[in-house]
Formats: sequence, C-alpha cells, structure tokens
Amino acid sequence: MADKRMSLDELVGELESGMTLGLGGWGSRRKPMAAVRAILRSDLTDLTVVSYGGPDVGLLCAAGKVAKVVFGFVTLDSIPTDPHFRAARQAGRVEAMEVDEGMFYLGLLAASQRLPFLPTRAGLGSDVLRCNPQLRTVTSPYDDAEELVAMPALRLDAAVVHVNRADARGSGQLLGPDPFFDELFLGAADRRFVTTERVVATDELAAGGPLGSLCISRLLTDGVVETPGGAHFTACVPEYGRDEAFQRQYATAAGDPDAWAAFRTRFLDVDEPGYQAAVRAAAGERAASGGREGA
Amino acid sequence: MSDGAPTRAEYCAVACAEVFRGDGEVMASAFGTAPALGARLARLTFAPDLVLTDGDAALVDGAPPLGAPPESLVLESHMPYRRVFDVVWSGRRNLIMMASQIDRTGNQNISAIGDWARPRAQLIGVRGAPGNTVHHPTSYWVPNHSPRSFVEQVDVVSGVGYARAAAAGPSATRFHEIRAVISNLGVFDFATPDRVMRLASVHPGVTVDDVVAATGFELVVPDDVPETRLPTVEELDLLRTVLDPRGLRDREVPV
Repeated sequence: MADKRMSLDELVGELESGMTLGLGGWGSRRKPMAAVRAILRSDLTDLTVVSYGGPDVGLLCAAGKVAKVVFGFVTLDSIPTDPHFRAARQAGRVEAMEVDEGMFYLGLLAASQRLPFLPTRAGLGSDVLRCNPQLRTVTSPYDDAEELVAMPALRLDAAVVHVNRADARGSGQLLGPDPFFDELFLGAADRRFVTTERVVATDELAAGGPLGSLCISRLLTDGVVETPGGAHFTACVPEYGRDEAFQRQYATAAGDPDAWAAFRTRFLDVDEPGYQAAVRAAAGERAASGGREGA
Repeated sequence: MSDGAPTRAEYCAVACAEVFRGDGEVMASAFGTAPALGARLARLTFAPDLVLTDGDAALVDGAPPLGAPPESLVLESHMPYRRVFDVVWSGRRNLIMMASQIDRTGNQNISAIGDWARPRAQLIGVRGAPGNTVHHPTSYWVPNHSPRSFVEQVDVVSGVGYARAAAAGPSATRFHEIRAVISNLGVFDFATPDRVMRLASVHPGVTVDDVVAATGFELVVPDDVPETRLPTVEELDLLRTVLDPRGLRDREVPV
C-alpha cells in the first residue's frame, strides 16, 4: 500500500516555477496556509495561482511569487479585500483572469472531467468577456440554438487543499459545513496534495464523522502532509475558527512597509513550527495587554 | 420599544422586503443589513414560503434575528457553495446584492474602479454577479447614494443591466430581471419603455431634488413620485424587538 506521507518541504520540492497552482478553500476559510508559507520560503516564482481567493493570494503576491491570478474574488471575509492583492493589482504587478465564481467552478469541473469547456449563461453581457478576450461562446447544436459562454477547463499543474483528517494513503475527511471545491481542485490537477490537521488510521476516518464527510478519495491524491494549524489564520472548522485578531494584524501590517517587514520577520521568515510558536506568543501578548492589538 | 416614528433605516428594510413579495419557495439571499432584515420581514409576514440561509452552508427554518447564535438556528437543508450554483442556475433564488457603482441601465460594479487592467482601486471581484443577473431576479442595495455610486456608466460590468443583456442576446435576457434598486434615499426600478432607471419612490424626509442631485446620470422622474410605504405596526415591532433589537440597521443608515 502506498504511503503518501511527506513533509512540507518535500511538497514544495515537487512544485516548479511557472506552474499553474490551484489552492483549495474559499476566501479566508480552510486555506492550505502552511503550504503557502512553505512556498513563501522557497525560491519558486512566476506562479499562476487559481483560487477562490483569500490571504493565500495576498501572501503570495506580497512575496513576488505570482505572475497571474485566476479568481472570481479575493477576500478576507470579515475584511472585504486583501490589501496585498489590492496593491499588486493597482501597481500592475500581476496579470489577472477574473471570472464569475460559477464559471470558475465549471472551469475546474471541465478540467476534472477532461473536457475542453462547459457551457453556461454566466458571463454573458458582463465585462468578464471584455476583460478576458480569450473566452469564447458556443452555440447549442439543438433547436434552441442558444449562444452560451464556453468556460474553458482550468487545468492545473498542481493543487493543494487542507483537510481536517486524512490517512497515510491520501483519503481525506472534511468535518466543517462546506467542502467548497477542494475535490475539483484535486481533480483538475496533475500533482495533487492534501495537507491535514491530523493523519489518522483509515478506520478512524469513518469513525470520526458521517460518510458524507469522507469527500476526498485517495484516487485524487498524490501526497499527504500532516501540519496541525495548517489553515491558520483562516478558519478550519471544527478545529478552529478564523483568527480574527491575527488577521487584523496581517491586514494592518500590510498597509505599512516597516510594519510589514516586522510581520514578515516574525511570522514568515521562520519554519512552520516557528510560525505556530510565534502565533501563540502573539496571542499571549494580546491577552496580557488586555486584548489591545499591537502591530 | 415600538414607539417612535419609523427611521430611515426602517423604511429601507421594508423597501427591501417588498422585493420578495409574491415569491413562493425561492432562496432569498441578501447582502447588507437592510436587505438581511427585509428578507426576514418578508418571511415572517407576506412571503411565508421564502427560504432563508444561515449565511454559511445551510438553509434555516423561520427568520432568525441578526447575529443569532448558530446553536439557536433550526437547520432544514445543507447548502454548500457547490449546491448554491444549482439553485442559482435553476432560477429558484431572489437576491439583493450591494453595488459599489450602479448605472442608468442597471449595470453593477463590485470588481474594480478605473481601468480593469490596472485599477485605481481593486474591489472584491465580480463574485457571482455576472451569473446571478442572467439566471434569477437580482436587486441592489446602495446605502450611500451619491454621484460616485450612481454613475453614468460603471467601470467594470459585474452584474448585467438591461442594455447589456439585450445586446448579448436571448440567452442573456431569457431569465434576466433587475427587480429594484434600493438606496438610503429611495427606491428605483426599470419600468420604462427603454429599461432605464426610474425613481419609484422617495423615502419620507427626502425630496425628489435630493435624489436627482445625488444621482450621476439622468434619472427618469415621473410627474408624481410617491413616498416609500410606511412600515406596518407589525413590521416595526418585528424590526425593533425581534430581528434587530441592537439597532445594527441604524449603523448602516444613520438616523
């Protein structure tokens, strides 16, 4: 039986500059943040990032890792926009492919099903078609002759998603309310990685939740990385909610070069255990100062 | 608790509720405080079959107050995002979105201000607006009516208006309906021969001239503009004692 366990560094070692990389989750929820942090520490560059975007996109843009972002939105949920993504777009530092979030879903689905495109009304009449002149329409071959958008497959070189539990062979379990589109990110990708709060024995998966929570089959995974707190500071329900205080610290620091340099030194220029330790220390400082938030 | 004349925020909530009048079993999605209150008011009064969401991944029974703790909700169905698209594309949804910009023919922008290729201000992104508008009734809530939000032509067409849908052809117009635009000043619709925005009512305390001055394009103004309807006693009581006792609505639209 294949044992697909690997380290974060081994995962990053399988990625290459210039790749198209899909990242699971949605907004500031269940993002594979430990993998993103590992990419920040690597010499990877020139990535095309495909994401229901949150701070994954912001952090990668801030570190200059991104050539292009494929997105329908980039948000921190409780904060409407990500400041680093905003800055990168406004400075013209990243190329963009912006599509309706349903078109995005169909792009992943088409890639998963090895289809060139899937038809949809979404996009018709909007500037999605003006801003993406490569998008085409298709005419129904039936009597209705409807003209629809042909959403092209969003084929990925690699994808990373973060799950609550996985076994060593790469079956993944999602215990939160929404599986998002993680299954399709994996289905759309050539190299497929699952990071997880905890690796458990296979029989513990079904014992730990309803059958419907076992939504990532090992047919869809090549590598498994155990990385507790691996979605922090985004939400990973039921393990933890979004760390709102930390997210505010991230967003505030992004607005000031000195504050951002300090944030980077403390939280990003360290390995994953170092990050988790720094986060605990920062939370302790906030508690000691009576909840007031410093930079 | 229900003493006192209706506030502007309460007129806005009731105007949002009216968007759902006549709806049967459709999923009500509502962004912003007044729309969230409007959907709940409609559900508790004249649109009892309306289906509300918990704002996460479930449909809920009843109409929970704003900020109700999750453990107090009665869930009736699982509605993760992937399934939301099934609902959107089936048309069984009625939506009030917000708009950073809206224009004369009902185009909405939440993507970017300025040139899309290199925006002056990057906003959240088009989200589901392109798809929503060509699949099911969509309305907009603009709590800060000004010439900067009501513009001649939006910078990036996210939600599709009437002229753009017509130009795109029958597949775009087939299920397209911009039902209403509600702002802190009044209610607007597109009940004109050429489907451009019309002033449907002004909220009490607002004049037609106020609205015209705050609008960055030529609005169709009928000879006789009614006032937005009064909240009923029941509606005021629901708003003040059940749905929003903490008065979040007054933060969005100050008294």
